[in-house]
Amino acid sequence: MNKLLTCLLGWVDDRFPLTKLWNEHLAKYYAPKNFNFWYFFGSLALLVLVMQLLTGIWLTMHYKPDAERAFASVEYIMRDVDWGWLIRYLHSTGASAFFVVVYLHMFRGLVYGSFKQPRELIWLFGMAIYMLLMAEAFMGYLLPWGQMSFWGAQVIISLFGALPFGIGEALSLWIRGDYVVSDATLNRFFSLHVIALPLVLVGLVAAHVMALHEVGSNNPDGVEIKKVKGSDGIPKDGIPFHPYYTVKDIMGVIAFLFFFAFVVFFVPEMGGWFLEHANFVPANPLKTPEHIAPVWYFTPFYAILRAIPDKLIGVMAMGGSIGCLFLLPWIDRHPVKSIRFRSPLFFWLITVFILSFVILGYLGTQPATMVFTETGFRLAELYFTFFLILAIYSSESRGAGAYISWFVVLVGALLVIDFLRFDPVKSSLIMGSALLPLAYLAVFLLGPAFTRLNESRPVPERVVWK
Amino acid sequence: MSEKEVDLRRRRFLTSSVSVVGGVGAAFVAVPFVASWQPSERAKAIGAPVEVEFGKLEKGQMLRVKWRGKPVWVLRRGAETLSALEKQADLLRDPGSDVVAQQPGYAQNAHRSIKPEILVLVGICTHLGCSPQYIKSNDPHALGDDWPGGFFCPCHGSKFDLAGRVYKSVPAPSNLVVPPHSFLSDTRIVIGVDQGAA
Repeated sequence: MNKLLTCLLGWVDDRFPLTKLWNEHLAKYYAPKNFNFWYFFGSLALLVLVMQLLTGIWLTMHYKPDAERAFASVEYIMRDVDWGWLIRYLHSTGASAFFVVVYLHMFRGLVYGSFKQPRELIWLFGMAIYMLLMAEAFMGYLLPWGQMSFWGAQVIISLFGALPFGIGEALSLWIRGDYVVSDATLNRFFSLHVIALPLVLVGLVAAHVMALHEVGSNNPDGVEIKKVKGSDGIPKDGIPFHPYYTVKDIMGVIAFLFFFAFVVFFVPEMGGWFLEHANFVPANPLKTPEHIAPVWYFTPFYAILRAIPDKLIGVMAMGGSIGCLFLLPWIDRHPVKSIRFRSPLFFWLITVFILSFVILGYLGTQPATMVFTETGFRLAELYFTFFLILAIYSSESRGAGAYISWFVVLVGALLVIDFLRFDPVKSSLIMGSALLPLAYLAVFLLGPAFTRLNESRPVPERVVWK
Repeated sequence: MSEKEVDLRRRRFLTSSVSVVGGVGAAFVAVPFVASWQPSERAKAIGAPVEVEFGKLEKGQMLRVKWRGKPVWVLRRGAETLSALEKQADLLRDPGSDVVAQQPGYAQNAHRSIKPEILVLVGICTHLGCSPQYIKSNDPHALGDDWPGGFFCPCHGSKFDLAGRVYKSVPAPSNLVVPPHSFLSDTRIVIGVDQGAA
């Protein structure tokens, strides 16, 4: 039997690089031996992708992409199709799980400098996947044809309408295929959600992994393991991905599925965070729900959009907030990759960034009151300033003068912006909240000028083995 | 195979001319695909005018009807509301309705309507297309004690007065749209047909 299998494998290998692929990507792909908790999320993202494809194909078997029947067909899946409720909840929870996993995966890349040279393309492919996921999630959310589906789509498509010179109006009309979000929109979103975007997504994931395996994985120490190789040509700090990391990732899968199944079976709507309450009401083009907000994974960007009292600038800021992430490899050019060896100020910079991202996410789910909008504006300022400071921190050889002049320039810019948007109705609010960006700039720009808090530590040759 | 040397210039010319011709062909092939996303003939045809009977509207009451898939509001305003409109010009972005595209010529006046008391608006926020809420001054709201009544968009907090004029410092860039409409009788209007058009 064994001999027969070996013969069969040889026959295949003569005609298709099966063993070669297996070795290149698993059995002889050497990954750093010091992967930690944060390295689970790449393989988990792959798992969720497969799950979404599978449940999606099954949902397509019962769903009707028709404005008259879509809402009823989702109820039909939930009530009349055997196990339909489970397949749908797996899919809807999977969408949120995908973003949870992808956000953690991106955070890992951010703190360990996994986007830096020579891994810029991995980051760019990854960002493209993230953009595509957002498009996929947005189009999928229209399909149940609930109130939130309808008005969410109306708002997001109208974003394109902000483009000047009449391009915007023509573009949003073209996307909708009608003067309002309608059956035409639903039908094309279905097609894109089910066929076009998943195809591209799978292709991009393949490119992401191929680019990764070409240069090799980064690790929590930010050390290039390929620099130190044994006499056999194998990195001394590397271990074969299979069986070591395949087994380790299965551990991660089990833990993940534990949480995932809990949500699917006990809180599939997650109290309105994964499936919003208003979406259990069929779409009504005459009435916007009292309070509308996108699903949680869009809300940080949505809060930035809402914070700016100008349509075009608001849309540009929202686009820019994602655009900045794309450019990260060229913004943060500091030679030290991992947060472990970077300065204390860098640590706090990242912490404040993550905090503002999370709070922006919360604000995006709340009604647009004056205080919330103003807070959103200040946090949006911190969000963008983060990238500027990352760029300024890229070189440690700057003198105190450089930091101080940056401080003066940015405080000046801050004051100009506040002057331009000044509104007597909320003057005390504007002046009071200005303390936040002022303190931020003082800590992160005057800190390096007057203290030694922005000095990174030397990076070891090989991974640190505690 | 010929022993002659490869003529690189000729090869380059052929490669580039084939690429150009192929590219032009691809652009032509793209046309039907791109154009098929435009509103279909059927979607364009469903734009028929809508007649609205508003005789039963009391002062301060509002009717919602659907025209071209969009909500259209018909609001009857009282004399106090109309006189209050003039007082808050400072708070508005375009108090004089100077942006021509937002209303037909016959509604480009202080009250943005044909008859002062009857206001007709497309109920779609000029920011990102939500439908604002009609909030009277004595409705429960969180818009401040001096809110004179008007429209508030729950999506991004844009505010409009009772003539659909946008306030300053909100995301919406322009006043709400007044659709083409005309009076058939004292209590009946048709939306989608201009006043004076046959």
